[in-house]
Amino acid sequence: MATIQPKVSEPVSDELTLVQAAKAGDVGAFEELVRRYDRNVFRIAQHITQNREDAEDVVQDAFLKAYGNLNQFQGQSKFYTWLVRIAVNEALMKLRRRRPERMVSLDEDVKTEEDSLPREVADWSPNPEQQYNQAELRDILTRTIQGLPASFRTVFVLRDVEGLSTEETAEALELSIPAVKSRLLRARLQLRDRLGRFFQRREGANGKETNASGDGNQ
Amino acid sequence: MKCSEFLQELTDYLDGVIDAQTKAELEDHLAWCHNCYVVCDTTKKTIEIYRDSQLYELPDDLRTRLRTAIISKCGTRKKPGPQSV
Repeated sequence: MATIQPKVSEPVSDELTLVQAAKAGDVGAFEELVRRYDRNVFRIAQHITQNREDAEDVVQDAFLKAYGNLNQFQGQSKFYTWLVRIAVNEALMKLRRRRPERMVSLDEDVKTEEDSLPREVADWSPNPEQQYNQAELRDILTRTIQGLPASFRTVFVLRDVEGLSTEETAEALELSIPAVKSRLLRARLQLRDRLGRFFQRREGANGKETNASGDGNQ
Repeated sequence: MKCSEFLQELTDYLDGVIDAQTKAELEDHLAWCHNCYVVCDTTKKTIEIYRDSQLYELPDDLRTRLRTAIISKCGTRKKPGPQSV
């Protein structure tokens, strides 16, 4: 079985040059860094906060904070990893403000009932995503990932959606590498389990294969 | 290899960061354990579906507005420094 291919990232060879120029006060160089990473920061923020206005605020706040603290960036990690760390912290602060009744922490090692071996191992239909129109699929994917604990969701988004390495994810979230790996495995398995409700192969009454649409229970 | 041992290695296996001997053991297991094969295959599909989903893309008009706001605020600040936040 083929492995997951890593995302091809943009060249970062000139990144340090841009950072150095921005440190010297070249706003245009910083604008190039914003242009390079604003989409990523927005996606991460939206996944964590689950709120569009908050995600917009996080994009602004994270870049302004990064600009103000550029002199603290020593170049030992990639600028993007450093920026993600700032953005994740800003997004978590938003989430905590919005949901003060629920303690939100990336340190929590959430145990859920889905942590045991996957119960449902029914196979999926071929090309399951094609069984739904674009809007339905987006709704399924959004609701499914929103159901994960924030600490799992964030690791999954950084590793599997944004393509950060395990080491970069650990650094951005200030977690150990074993903690990242453990959360990633559980996030992947829980998402698989939940998506299976929509995508699994089923036999129709006439013996023909049909999909699981209509099963909207989460 | 037990199914639980297979699952523990699943993430490294899917990411392709695993030594040759463990990879061979996992693939031996996959060859006869249908459940683990399905879990592995559908987990891989899960990752690919999310990776390709383009959830939460930043629309161009919003992107421009945000970038303009950020850069105008940067421009009103002094050169970056530890005290300037």
